[in-house]
Amino acid sequence: MEPLQIYERIKQRFPDKVLEIVDRKPDPFAVLAADAIGEIARCLRDDGEFAMDCLSNETGVDHKDRIEVVYHLFSYRHRHGCVLKVKLPRENPVVATVEEIWRAANWMEREIFDLLGVNFEGHSDMRRILMPEDWPGYPLRKDFVEPLEYHGISTVRESPIIRLDQKKK
Amino acid sequence: MYFNYAVLLALTVIGLLFMVAMIGLQKLLAPSNPFKRKLMPYECGEPPTGGAWINFNVRFYLIALVFVIFEVEVAFIYPVATVYLDWVRRGQRWFALSEVLIFLLILFVGLVYVWVKRDLEWIKKVPE
Amino acid sequence: MPLLNTLPDYVLTTKTDELINWMRKSSIWYMLFGLACCAIELMHTGGPRSDIERFGATPRASARQSDLMIIAGTLTLKMALRTRLLYDQMPDPKYIISMGSCANCGGLFQLAYSVCDGVDKILPVDVYVPGCPPRPEALTEGLLKLQEKIMSERWLARERGVQEITDA
Repeated sequence: MEPLQIYERIKQRFPDKVLEIVDRKPDPFAVLAADAIGEIARCLRDDGEFAMDCLSNETGVDHKDRIEVVYHLFSYRHRHGCVLKVKLPRENPVVATVEEIWRAANWMEREIFDLLGVNFEGHSDMRRILMPEDWPGYPLRKDFVEPLEYHGISTVRESPIIRLDQKKK
Repeated sequence: MYFNYAVLLALTVIGLLFMVAMIGLQKLLAPSNPFKRKLMPYECGEPPTGGAWINFNVRFYLIALVFVIFEVEVAFIYPVATVYLDWVRRGQRWFALSEVLIFLLILFVGLVYVWVKRDLEWIKKVPE
Repeated sequence: MPLLNTLPDYVLTTKTDELINWMRKSSIWYMLFGLACCAIELMHTGGPRSDIERFGATPRASARQSDLMIIAGTLTLKMALRTRLLYDQMPDPKYIISMGSCANCGGLFQLAYSVCDGVDKILPVDVYVPGCPPRPEALTEGLLKLQEKIMSERWLARERGVQEITDA
């Protein structure tokens, strides 16, 4: 099935949960309502005609006014895939987890939480995965400000271009 | 008469001197700078959590027990092997051989018992 | 009681220095501290083609058994705390070679938020080996430079003592 057909079929089943379908190269995507991702994902995995048994990727994007969570799904049975997006507000980005549906989402959602601050409800182990546990802030947000030091190690960099005649001594 | 053992004495003395020299030189010459962070238990860089005394599997105890018994048996066979030729020359070959074989047989019965009771298997298969 | 601490100031050692330094430089055991891509070149340097084991340098996995730490790779801030603890747990006398640009100055990832720019922010480095990654020959030259540095040490120098750090 082509991705656009998949989105049309989902729209037929959940008429008010599919907010837009965008046909853009290279991948057309569908934007879903944030509260429906759980049931739509379950339907996509369990239903015979979709059979999306593989969550290839789950990632987050920080646009200036919103945070998006992007799901790339793939079906080994039918050899088709699709892209779903969920738009969340920046102040308190919360969305339901798809960990029970695809176990691969465990670490992927931990990474999105670590770097963008999106809280996934129902996740079994919501903690930082890449940054140290006591790191302040979410690094991949556009308004992230680097701390000046971490446990006594200063993160201030000297400029590599220091002209010798301008060096104050 | 006891000149054969002079080599053993030399070996012991040199061994002891070696040990004393190595440790003595280290105590004299090596820098010693202990402080609290250096003396922390080594856990590959992470701060250690929990105690170091944990329960270990009882299989190790079983294997060690069986090993010690048969190791001691081997240690007892060695002197027999060294003096066996003297006994042969005196014509008491069968006497010596039968003694050693009885010794081995007693321990062999023990080995068969442990084997049948499946204590030699690392993972004991529970009968269905 | 080490002689180091009890000999008075008017005692000089000359040939003893040479002997002790020669003993130390001929068997530098390095700790396998490969963090990133430079670790591959570190393994190659210890491998058969360019062999640093002919200089007496054999790899040890534990900090307690090594006297050289070759920091091979990018040091992140998360790892930096553990690196400092590992350095503290090495027995004296200890040396550090900073291998590759990432360990020298942060390298390619200098502008990243999670990278510690250079290992010399947390540790006293003896030899810097530039490269990305440095060839095994370059690392061998770094090791030989370290051997020269060790030969020029004075055994009774009081300034060799390492001070205790008091932060986390």
